Amino acid sequence: MSQLSSKHLLGIKDLTKDDIQLIFETADNFKDVINRPIKKVPSLRDITIANVFFENSTRTKLSFELAEKRLSADVINFSSSGSSVKKGETLLDTVNNILAMKVDMIVMRHSSPGAPHFLSKHIKANIVNAGDGTHEHPTQALLDAYSMRERVGDLEGKNIAIIGDIIHSRVALSNIFALQKLGANIMICGPATLVPKYMSSFGVKVVSDVRQALEWCDVANILRIQLERQQIKYFPSLREYSLYFGVNKALLDSLNKEIVIMHPGPINRGVEITSDVADSHHSIILDQVENGVATRMAVLYLLAGTKP
Amino acid sequence: MQKRLLLNSKHLSITISRLCHQLIENHLVFENTVLIGLQPKGVFLAERIKSKLEEIIKKPIQLGYLDITFYRDDFRRRDEPLTPNETKVPFIIEDKNVILIDDVLYTGRSVKSAMDAMSAFGRPAKVEFLTLIDRIHTRHLPVEANYVGKQVNTVFSQKVLVELTEQGKKEDKIWLIDKSK
Repeated sequence: MSQLSSKHLLGIKDLTKDDIQLIFETADNFKDVINRPIKKVPSLRDITIANVFFENSTRTKLSFELAEKRLSADVINFSSSGSSVKKGETLLDTVNNILAMKVDMIVMRHSSPGAPHFLSKHIKANIVNAGDGTHEHPTQALLDAYSMRERVGDLEGKNIAIIGDIIHSRVALSNIFALQKLGANIMICGPATLVPKYMSSFGVKVVSDVRQALEWCDVANILRIQLERQQIKYFPSLREYSLYFGVNKALLDSLNKEIVIMHPGPINRGVEITSDVADSHHSIILDQVENGVATRMAVLYLLAGTKP
Repeated sequence: MQKRLLLNSKHLSITISRLCHQLIENHLVFENTVLIGLQPKGVFLAERIKSKLEEIIKKPIQLGYLDITFYRDDFRRRDEPLTPNETKVPFIIEDKNVILIDDVLYTGRSVKSAMDAMSAFGRPAKVEFLTLIDRIHTRHLPVEANYVGKQVNTVFSQKVLVELTEQGKKEDKIWLIDKSK
């Protein structure tokens, strides 16, 4: 198999296990490319990609932009702040205007869940979901699973804990879909107020004791507390959150086992994770960043290779 | 479909031996020369050339594998993307003499892509190209090989099929297949 089963990447839910394996195999080759003296290939030199970000982003946008440039694509960037969106233009009109400039692919972040799915029904260009509200963030899940596989090998039967603010996280949902497709066992851990009630319907274990989660898992993916998405208080204070759900070195040392620590960033140092953990040998946070470029190159390459 | 045998196992062995001696004439002890086989099948040929050369000159020779998938000029012109193979160039090619090796020279596009791919690893002093089968009169680009195993006059409806023991075949056989008959 050398082709994805879909012409868009809207969510991990739509991908097959074979799709994920193909993305990983292709990413292996791109990881090799980005570690060469000349980190660029000409594959997408006749493709124009628009990064359409209706929501703030630093690392995802940078990672996509770098992946696009490493593939020699032409890149245009759009952000909603100070744009026509503020003047009342609809999503479809905005995107159609961008497409009229002969754009082949759209990488879109939007605060509304399902926005890229809506768009895919109305436009011809390939669409990559770079995060839609609290729904999915498929490329983050791909790079997370790729990084785990790189560190602990085949994920079949491995125990993965996702710890933190689950309810506001699009990473958690995409991670669950991706890891389950790859045969991993998943445990969710967080304060009851930050874990959606429907979580157990996904066939994952749900606990509220961070030590229990860490003792059980091979890999802990620790998520950020998304204060910007919290209109009400979900826990009394950051200090209390850190005390009960934060991962620190003393806790890791007391486990007396090898464990892989991940975090999609940006880190609230001292809240969900302490600096001595984030910068320790357990942590593969910077590998995640490097792998993000390689997996996004793989996704863009495979989607662009499909005739529109 | 009609098949004509171009080279059998014995002829292939003699041809490789001759190619190696031609290489030695120009590169002597391969002090500043490296071999790069093009994925996938050029690699098998390159490995055979490397071992034959090492047998003759009694010195190790550096060999790399180069995949050209991301450098091809027919991306989006095919129904689906090609699956890349491993690239492994574990040496510096800057200022080296590079011998690119592939099994068949057809349109010349692969060689052009290979030179693009190779330039990602540095600027070689000189690049030469070795091919087992040179299909003449089928070139799209002005590309010629420096070392040729066998020259064959072919048309576009024909195909050269290289079967080697490394691919699990019982014996080495190089065929010319006429798809129109």
